[in-house]
Amino acid sequence: MDTLLQTLKDGLTIGSLYALIALGYTMVYGILKFINFAHSDIVVLGAWLSLVIATAIVKALGLESGQTAPWWVGPFVLACAMLACGIIGFTIERLAYRPLRNAPKLNVLITAIGVSLFLQNTGQLQFMFGTRPQPIPTLLSDKVLFAIGNMQVRLLDLVVIGTALVLMIALEWLVFHTKLGRAMRAVSFDVRTAGLMGINVDRVISITFVIGSSLAAAGGFLWAVSFTSIKQPADTSWVLLGLKAFVAAVVGGIGNVRGAMFGGLAIGLLEVFGQQYINPALKDVYVFAALILVLLVKPGGILGKATVEKV
Amino acid sequence: MASLQDRAAHFKSSPAGGVWRALWPLAVALILGVVMQLLVRPNIDAYSSAQILNIGIAIILAVSLTIVNGFTGQFSIGHAGFLAIGGYVAGSLAFYGSFAIFGSGAAKLGILSGLYGAPAGAPLITGGEVLFFISLLAGGLVAALLGVAVGLPSLRLRGDYLAIVTLGFGEIVRVLIQQTPQVLMTKQDIAESPAWKVPLSVGGSLGFGNVPKYTSLFWVYAAVVVTLIFAYRLKQSSTGRALLSIREDEIAAEAMGIRTTYYKVWGFVIAAFFAGIAGGLYAHTLGISLSPVDAGFQKSFDIIIMVVLGGLGSISGAAIAAAIVTYLPELLRTPDTLQKFAIVGVPLLIAGFAMLAMAGRPDNEVDLKSGRDRRALPRVIITLGIVTVGLSVLAFIAKRFGINLGEYRLIIYALALVIMMITRPQGLLGVREVWDRSLYRPLRDFFAPRIGTSSQSSTGSSAGPSAGGTA
Repeated sequence: MDTLLQTLKDGLTIGSLYALIALGYTMVYGILKFINFAHSDIVVLGAWLSLVIATAIVKALGLESGQTAPWWVGPFVLACAMLACGIIGFTIERLAYRPLRNAPKLNVLITAIGVSLFLQNTGQLQFMFGTRPQPIPTLLSDKVLFAIGNMQVRLLDLVVIGTALVLMIALEWLVFHTKLGRAMRAVSFDVRTAGLMGINVDRVISITFVIGSSLAAAGGFLWAVSFTSIKQPADTSWVLLGLKAFVAAVVGGIGNVRGAMFGGLAIGLLEVFGQQYINPALKDVYVFAALILVLLVKPGGILGKATVEKV
Repeated sequence: MASLQDRAAHFKSSPAGGVWRALWPLAVALILGVVMQLLVRPNIDAYSSAQILNIGIAIILAVSLTIVNGFTGQFSIGHAGFLAIGGYVAGSLAFYGSFAIFGSGAAKLGILSGLYGAPAGAPLITGGEVLFFISLLAGGLVAALLGVAVGLPSLRLRGDYLAIVTLGFGEIVRVLIQQTPQVLMTKQDIAESPAWKVPLSVGGSLGFGNVPKYTSLFWVYAAVVVTLIFAYRLKQSSTGRALLSIREDEIAAEAMGIRTTYYKVWGFVIAAFFAGIAGGLYAHTLGISLSPVDAGFQKSFDIIIMVVLGGLGSISGAAIAAAIVTYLPELLRTPDTLQKFAIVGVPLLIAGFAMLAMAGRPDNEVDLKSGRDRRALPRVIITLGIVTVGLSVLAFIAKRFGINLGEYRLIIYALALVIMMITRPQGLLGVREVWDRSLYRPLRDFFAPRIGTSSQSSTGSSAGPSAGGTA
């Protein structure tokens, strides 16, 4: 029972991270119908920017290593990282994807891969982030808040789940209850018609990229604070994180905002439960096997609608 | 008396003609392979021969993926999965097979094997080479079988879902290979453990470096020739036409009575087979340690990039792009060589622009639709010219300011990729082939201009699309 609760909590924590990142994939796919492979690199960028900013603040405050930073540092770093990544996301869309708006899908995809390679390798340069993992200053104390049985709930877990939840609720509100959200849904439904109805399609797409990238930055930030050090920008673990978030988006029904949240949690739980109860070495296999199974049984994803192609 | 043409047609349809048709590509493959290994290799240094070998393997991979991504228009991003499967199956078979047959896992080189040639006095052909050849075929066949298993369910789906499933497939292959035992078996282990367990010990996450190193320029370029001719014939065949029609419009193809799933799976399986062969060659290459990373999606992306840069559907384009993509990052390490590129690049640019001026506007809509765009070749030449001149300028700047280009090579590569996609989305050759005559029309016009043809009929086409090709 205790292991079960513990596993459940771990699954929710990692699942909410996947969900945050999956939202970026799903929003871009919903509107532009292409897989933004550079999205996982925005996550990496978010994590590393958080590290750089946090280190600078901690240095300015004159804290010893190992000492926990004041409470406001975390949110401040998060905001900075989200803002910076939002701007970078906007720039990438403007420079790389917009010229290809009417190009074949494969070209856009290759461009995304190019952008991804560019971000990865630029991040690895010595004057950027370098090729070595670096320790991140302690932004949150590691104390146990309460325990149910043997399951310990740490402050960190609550912050990760809480932040992800707040951001997702904010996005849900934005997409389903604002004028901008309605415009986004309209563009995703039919780009041409949306344009004819007076929606500024380019602006909506730009905003989508900004939102997706800042959510990715938030995911990167939460990922960074969950560990004591973060890996170098081109490390395979980042690629895998991005891939799993993408799988989450597809499993939930790609293009569907609620589906991405649901898929993220489902994939997180599946991975952690498989790791705990079946075979820890195969945790990546469960995720990808689930992907293939879901696609074969319900190609549109669990919450997605099956589309019928009309001539 | 039958004319020569009649007799040729008669020969083609006779059984002897069939045998000839089946065998001449193999003869060409053998001859080119022997030339590469026995004449070219001894005259170049070790580094170059390794590069040329890598390019050959890349060509097989790119051309095989062209069948799926280029001919059929399906989008597979798990091609490296088949590469790894072929490599591991062939490697395991050759390694443990050598133990079973010859008592040790070492390579038994004949004169045509080995990246740096065989030791003096090597026999013409050895039992080890026969085993190697069988292993290659086995690797290809297992990859093809897996291709059926992956393709049959997933190719029923349309659009991006195939991409996603193949991505998942590649990653699963990677993780599963990582879980294999890390320690290779010794002769004693083989004797002690159950037979089914032996071939599965392929090094896990440490990689499988002990495969006997047979691969040589002979084997690789023989395989390149076979792959190229196969792909060319496939494109001309009825199967190939079915594949192309699926690319153009799947629904229309289905309405015309083409069994789309059947042909898509066929294309996928053929591609998997050749990827498996390439994997086997790769595994047996000196200095290569096959590792699970080779099944990962980054490797798959490398192959896709070659296919798209060459032009989707163009066999020769994919082959050329494979050579460029393999060699370019290496070139950026040696700025001195790169600087000299301007010697080739500037004339290319001048020639390209001159030809573009001579070609004039496309004659009319029919010309554009039939793909007879006279501006195609000049555009290809100009693209090549811009790339080469750009590279040499880059090398010059780097040298001037003491920047180490090698450090930035992957960034330059990524940027070049993005710029290429934006400025020339149809790739180097578009859907054309190097041997398409329509590509060379500007050359003919250049040397023997027909007065008035281009100005007479160009009245209605001033607003013709700016991009040639129909990719």
